[in-house]
Amino acid sequence: MSRTEIKIGGFGGQGVILTGFIIGKAASIFDMKNATMTQAFGPEARGSACSSQVIVSEDKIRYPYVKRPNVMVMMSQEAFNKFSPQIDPHGIMLIEEELVDPAGLPDTVTVYSIPATRIAEELGKKIVLNMVMTGFFTAVSRIISREAARKAVADSVPPGSENLNLNAFEKGYEWGLKQLEG
Amino acid sequence: MSVIDELQQAVKNSPRQSPGDEHPMSNFLRMDRIPHIWCPTCGIGTTVNCFAQALERCSIPLDDVAVVSGIGCTGRVAGYVKTDSFHTTHGRAIPFATGLRLGNPKLKVVVFSGDGDLFSIGGNHFNHAARRNLDMTVICVNNFNYAMTGGQVAPTSPTDSVLTTSPYGNFETPFNLPFLAESVGATFVARWTALHIHRVTESMIKALMKPGFSFIEIIAPCPTIFERKNKFGDGLDRLKFYHDNSEIIHGAPTKDVDIGLRNKIIVGEFVDIERPTFIESMNAYLKRRLGSDYDIYEG
Amino acid sequence: MDGDHACCEGALAAGCRFVAGYPITPSTAVVERFARRIPRVGGVFIQMEDELASSIAIQGAVWAGKKAMTVTSGPGYSLMMEHIGLAVMTECPCVFVNVQRGGPSTGLPTLPGQADMMQARWGSHGDYEIIALCPDSPQECFDFMIDAFNLSEQYRVPVMFMMDECIGHMIEKVTIPEADKIDVTPRNYTKLPPDQYLPFKPAENMVPEMVKAGDGYRIHVTGLTHDYRGYPVMSADCQEELVHRLVNKINRNEEKIRHIIATDIEDADVVVIAYGITARVAVDAIALARKQGVKVGLLRLVVVWPFPEAVIRDLANKGKALVMAEMNYGQIYYEVERCAQGKVPVLLAGHGGGDVHKTEAIAEKIVEANKCLS
Repeated sequence: MSRTEIKIGGFGGQGVILTGFIIGKAASIFDMKNATMTQAFGPEARGSACSSQVIVSEDKIRYPYVKRPNVMVMMSQEAFNKFSPQIDPHGIMLIEEELVDPAGLPDTVTVYSIPATRIAEELGKKIVLNMVMTGFFTAVSRIISREAARKAVADSVPPGSENLNLNAFEKGYEWGLKQLEG
Repeated sequence: MSVIDELQQAVKNSPRQSPGDEHPMSNFLRMDRIPHIWCPTCGIGTTVNCFAQALERCSIPLDDVAVVSGIGCTGRVAGYVKTDSFHTTHGRAIPFATGLRLGNPKLKVVVFSGDGDLFSIGGNHFNHAARRNLDMTVICVNNFNYAMTGGQVAPTSPTDSVLTTSPYGNFETPFNLPFLAESVGATFVARWTALHIHRVTESMIKALMKPGFSFIEIIAPCPTIFERKNKFGDGLDRLKFYHDNSEIIHGAPTKDVDIGLRNKIIVGEFVDIERPTFIESMNAYLKRRLGSDYDIYEG
Repeated sequence: MDGDHACCEGALAAGCRFVAGYPITPSTAVVERFARRIPRVGGVFIQMEDELASSIAIQGAVWAGKKAMTVTSGPGYSLMMEHIGLAVMTECPCVFVNVQRGGPSTGLPTLPGQADMMQARWGSHGDYEIIALCPDSPQECFDFMIDAFNLSEQYRVPVMFMMDECIGHMIEKVTIPEADKIDVTPRNYTKLPPDQYLPFKPAENMVPEMVKAGDGYRIHVTGLTHDYRGYPVMSADCQEELVHRLVNKINRNEEKIRHIIATDIEDADVVVIAYGITARVAVDAIALARKQGVKVGLLRLVVVWPFPEAVIRDLANKGKALVMAEMNYGQIYYEVERCAQGKVPVLLAGHGGGDVHKTEAIAEKIVEANKCLS
């Protein structure tokens, strides 16, 4: 299947949008595929359940929204509760394991989890949790290449913070590889 | 007592909550709309709390109160208060309130909105409502920017403020709101910051009880945008800034209370004068001219 | 009495007790008369700072329990568009009077036009339906103002009263009936207690019942898309339910709202369609054409919006050629053409305003339409 639908959810301020942006950029600019990103947000700037949606495809993308995500990345319980019923029954669910209890998913969904916030805190900056999540996503989902993802991260974060963010990405990536093995 | 002490006192005095208790504000807030949309440490919620206390202390029945807001972060106040409440179009809260008040003079009409809504797109309406001395209290939460749309420069943004549409710093001169309000005829004018919660409440009580057009400016932190973009830290850092940089001068000449980006902020009650209200003047003039053909208008 | 004055008296007779306005030719006489008259009947007139303010002050007064209106002309009408949308969205019953003059922009302040008809229909952003009435005499300015207020209460919709400069300034005899002979629709206030009342839950007729501020219902009213409680809901589903109802409550009641006056159309080969002052000119044109042997009748639209589609379709099905006469270069004309579905010739007798039609101009179109048939 050429079209892969990805939905990333969390609360405002977690970097949900940037995660989607990096995945889309990696796919479209550095992996030479097609990607469309849309986002959903309310009037509030902080704290509400928000989501970004990315479609990655070999072909031209027409219908712009995600209908039945093949991959979900959920970083808050509120987002999980709101969005998880949409998941493809054979899809994969990536969660922030200390913030999300993945109850109620069909058995056919594969769940991978990571304490992304804690890993980010250990790196000294809680706000890079989305980069940990991006690395984790890259390893587990294999939709975008590691090289493309690294380039997209370096290209999307504020100048001077590349190393910190790439470090966070690598921590997430390693965690993902371990999960795949185990 | 310093403002920080006041704040701590207020926290200490606030009733302890146990799980299952009804929220102390549940009579005043639309609890079915909570949580609200405001960011953590935003100053708007504080002003709503002060307003609730002011109403309670004035013993104004909530059924007699109508809150009118325009558009923007503060414009959402009308959506959370459990009075008759109207969320109108951008800038037009005051003319809506004009019709509401004239339609039913028994209503206590309060306009609760932001600086951009009231003084940019709605500026002319503010001038004329004050000039007419219409019976209403206008509460302006001034966070120095258009926060709902992501932080654009506003007519109140201090010179040098960095915002998304003043990326190299604001080179315009901002409004001095108390000076403007006094010039156009407001009968009560006060300014506080969101730190001065008791004083905000006290001024609100005075404004609510005073006939005519009363105006309160409350300077409030916008941690997500204004404070972040201008490197003031978070909301708490900004309250500390208010604490260290506010000077209370009651009766200060309003022309002297303009605000610089990192300067001292003069706060206080600046204007408190008497002047016939729109309805008083209308009734007096029309009775004099029309005699028995005119019945005193009471709604 | 001229049309402007009659409009004011009609509004007062309909129970209007709050007027906010801003001076603009050729509607100024209406606000001047309100300023003199309304204090004597227990109402309030306020001259606001601009038309933006006027058009929302009346809505404040409506929620305070008054019947209210504003009045303006082209440039002011453009400024009011924002609040026509607000009145539609909040289902605020009120009346907007537009004494049409020539446009665009400042145009012809002292001369007539009929070119704001599509603006009345579509001027505010978003999708909606309103009601628009077109009087053709000072008498009708009185009579149909009462209809305008009644319709606004019945459907909780802003009603556009589309006069023109000619009628506004034209003086004719106006008969004002006894007060007890005037049918006034009261506001439909709910009888439900506050704990059972939902301010935007449609009752019969798809129209919700109302309350006013200060009655203890503690309602919330917003221009945002909202649920039955009046609370904002940002979703496509809520939008669909709300906006579809706002559109349907007018469209599905079109037959009830319909007000047309048909003259001699049964045996006619050609039917002239017109509204407002142009309908009067058309009567003379029809007489002229009949002298030349054309069987022609008149369909006068008093209610232009919602558009009486079925009536036009019926005329087309009967094979009658149609001539649309209006003071613009084709606004209602395209509505007529749409409903005729290509079955019959549809001709426009139009011009840019500044003067009423020349009788001969309409007569020529009638003759031309007749030729198209044969």
